[in-house]
Amino acid sequence: MEQTRDSIKDIWGERKPYEGHWPVRVDEKTEEEPDHWVQSACVLCSNGCGMDIGVKDGRIVGVRGRAVDAVNHGRLGPKGLHGWVANNSQDRLTKPLIRRNGKLEEASWDEAMDLMVQRSKDIISKKTALGIGFYTSGQLFLEEYYTLGVLGKAGLGTPHMDGNTRLCTATAAAALKVSFGSDGQPGSYTDLDTTEAILHIGHNIASQQTVLWMRILDRLAGKNPPKLVVIDPRETFTARKATVHLAPRVGTNVPVMNGLLNLIIQAGHINQDFIDAHTIGFEELKEIVSHWSPERVEALTGVPAGKLREAAQILGTAKTLVSTVLQGVYQSMQATAAAVQVNNLHLIRGLIGHPGSGIYQMNGQPTAQNTRECGADGDLPAFRNWGNKAHIEQLATLWNIDSDIIPHWSPPTHAMQIWRYAEKGSINMLWISGTNPAVSLPQLERVRSILQQENLFVVVQDAFMTETAKYADVVLPAAIWGEKTGTFTNVDRTVHISHKAVDPPGEAKPDFEIFLDYARRMDFRDKDGGPLIKWKTPEECFEAWKECTRGRPCDYTGMSYAKLSEGSGIQWPCNEQYPDGKHHLYEDGVFNTNVDYCETYGHDLVTGAAVTQEEYKAKDPKGKAFLKGVDYEPPHEEPDEEYPLWLTTGRLVYHFHTRTKTGRSRQLNEAAPDAFVQVSDEDAARYGLKTGDMVEVASRRGTVTEPVLVGDIEPGLVFIPFHYGYWDEPGRKRAANELTITEWDAVSKQPHYKYAAVRIRKI
Amino acid sequence: MHIGNYIALAHDSEQELTKALRQVADHHKDEPDIEQVCQLLATWSEKHVNELKPFVERYSEEKSDEPERLMQSLFDEPRSGGLALLRDLHDLWLMANEAELCWIVLSQAAQGLHDKELEEACARFRDDTKRQLAFLLTRIKVAAPQTLIAAD
Ligand code: SF4
Repeated sequence: MEQTRDSIKDIWGERKPYEGHWPVRVDEKTEEEPDHWVQSACVLCSNGCGMDIGVKDGRIVGVRGRAVDAVNHGRLGPKGLHGWVANNSQDRLTKPLIRRNGKLEEASWDEAMDLMVQRSKDIISKKTALGIGFYTSGQLFLEEYYTLGVLGKAGLGTPHMDGNTRLCTATAAAALKVSFGSDGQPGSYTDLDTTEAILHIGHNIASQQTVLWMRILDRLAGKNPPKLVVIDPRETFTARKATVHLAPRVGTNVPVMNGLLNLIIQAGHINQDFIDAHTIGFEELKEIVSHWSPERVEALTGVPAGKLREAAQILGTAKTLVSTVLQGVYQSMQATAAAVQVNNLHLIRGLIGHPGSGIYQMNGQPTAQNTRECGADGDLPAFRNWGNKAHIEQLATLWNIDSDIIPHWSPPTHAMQIWRYAEKGSINMLWISGTNPAVSLPQLERVRSILQQENLFVVVQDAFMTETAKYADVVLPAAIWGEKTGTFTNVDRTVHISHKAVDPPGEAKPDFEIFLDYARRMDFRDKDGGPLIKWKTPEECFEAWKECTRGRPCDYTGMSYAKLSEGSGIQWPCNEQYPDGKHHLYEDGVFNTNVDYCETYGHDLVTGAAVTQEEYKAKDPKGKAFLKGVDYEPPHEEPDEEYPLWLTTGRLVYHFHTRTKTGRSRQLNEAAPDAFVQVSDEDAARYGLKTGDMVEVASRRGTVTEPVLVGDIEPGLVFIPFHYGYWDEPGRKRAANELTITEWDAVSKQPHYKYAAVRIRKI
Repeated sequence: MHIGNYIALAHDSEQELTKALRQVADHHKDEPDIEQVCQLLATWSEKHVNELKPFVERYSEEKSDEPERLMQSLFDEPRSGGLALLRDLHDLWLMANEAELCWIVLSQAAQGLHDKELEEACARFRDDTKRQLAFLLTRIKVAAPQTLIAAD
């Protein structure tokens, strides 16, 4: 047993201050000495740290960081070092299950797949494939998403495909599209090596991407440390290291950002040449933000005017700047509009497309970028535009099908709408892969009742008997990371390969094979009568995917399995011009907004109304970025007499998503065994609470019972981590999403998990 | 002159649109985007009603006595059933179109009368109405196939 450091006690490990570059530190945790190591990367957050899987006698026995990897230089965080243990759990699903007489019973693969095919065909004969929906994940591999995307869009022809990425990264994609014309993070993690200043907004990076935070801690410990501005209503690990910490009231990100932009414009800290040459919309933006004096911002958000000025001074004068944005923005009021203001900050200062300056509209999940790229969610493959007939034709040619099959008459259906159609009975089959909506969607009582509807046939494909799988009509046992080969892409566009290290347990199969099997049984054909999906292995699929990306922003054509296996992380675009990938997008200040190239024609940031091709053409940005401003709109539910407190939800450092994996690691589970409700000292005094007391927390939608944790949060606000559900039988209602609201951002359609009005009562 | 009549028509159209948007929002609460955006759009129409008041007064003298024929009512009350949402949005779209046409007509007259204030107001109102229309159309296009093909 080897453990280079105790990552539970010391989350980030010892400092290795920058020496011009980021020094290597290899973190390792093995339970036995491996007989060999297999190249992979971590799938427990969007950072995508390179790791090797240690194997002994056909079992995973540990992991170690890859010293040569572009992302982590050998480091791993607590989830990476411990999460692999889940693969070896005794309670893995090993056989398909079918519900018979109300009970899930073991069945053969043939029985399960035939039943699915029969139900699919029944539904199609009655109401076309509009009766079938898919709800996937941010945790499968690229090859699996692309296969799923083709199966759904070119085989069935259903517009109802989305993933839980809607809950975690939809706003990242939406904000990038709004400003730059397409998805794709402009910067590179290497920007952190030299940047003068860092802005984290709604992003507790110290908890969420621990290894990326180590990179920042090592900068802070070295020469010329960057200045840190943190915007977060909670006193998080990240906030404690801030040069300036702004703690705005829930739902007020737009006023804070408008206030900052206003101060920066007023002070003349803008790059007028860049604005003139590379953007449109500056005067309108300036007009909108000009109404946000620091005093007005203070009155509305609670952020002291002086602090806002301090932050604006840093953000306005740093010669290089890295900004990161996450759920505090994406899952809150005016999500896309607020995220776009961060893009605006970089654009008006010209801090984009060169080393040291980058924007990370962060992803939550490890492979969310691929869900978005491959068309397994509400986007078309390789960032194509559903409103552009030429893009649809490209896909039809590539897949050798009639373009009419590809649903493009309106935007692909977003997840919340898919669930609504299921609730209303117009979708009758919902195929859920690799995710756990019975814990992760808002308003769980409603989700459970939809899953139990008589007129809905639910397929759940997972490695474990999750809270969602319990309601399924068919359960398919899935192989997971380490048991299959595939690739995936992290936040800064770095693509890793993860090789199969061990066999899956029992009859479990990779999602890739399950999707292929369904396509074969459904007998999807191309125009010439050949099979629609021609690949049989992940590598063949990757080759097909490369063709799909040719000439698009996410160009993979210069990569191959061999090349990915030789190195350790390649950034797209990777093609003839950039055979080793590219650190920065938009180096020349030309953005992806050209009418023939863009991924979207845009939306009204307030109503979400789609802009038409003709309207877009009339403006014709011709490669310039958009500067779009908006005014403040209050949240739709605010505390009142009956429900006097704000609830916000979020994550903990030791867990991922609904703990399906991390909850099965003894160390991670013991480090954070249960949900809790965090309340301020002031509110604790008011309600007579101390840490450990049990309280009932109620909203208009549900009630949970949680132990109290006092401190490190603003008065009037309470926090509950969202990871905890029911599979390990806590004996009480405890999932944070019992309380949350069914509503979403007008543009990105991401649900608002960051606010709800609640009341608490000691019991 | 008939401009007073037309201002009254615009005023009434927006008043009815405000009411209809609120009714649809209330009735379709289970569609959160409909509820929230329609509530918001109602505040825009309501604002137009208020900001039209000075013009109603300014041109009250300029009214012929044939107003009733100009009035019409598209929307009675929200519907139930499988088609309900689509049909309600359909009506809202028609009503908003009437409002837009009023702004176009009034803007023409405002130019003829050299009433800069009215002209500017019409331009502002029309921008809002166009955004209302864009939202309604977007949502109608999304709802149409599912409603007509797959709904019970
Ligand atoms: S930072 Fe993310 S990717 Fe890296 S080890 Fe931790 S969980 Fe895994």
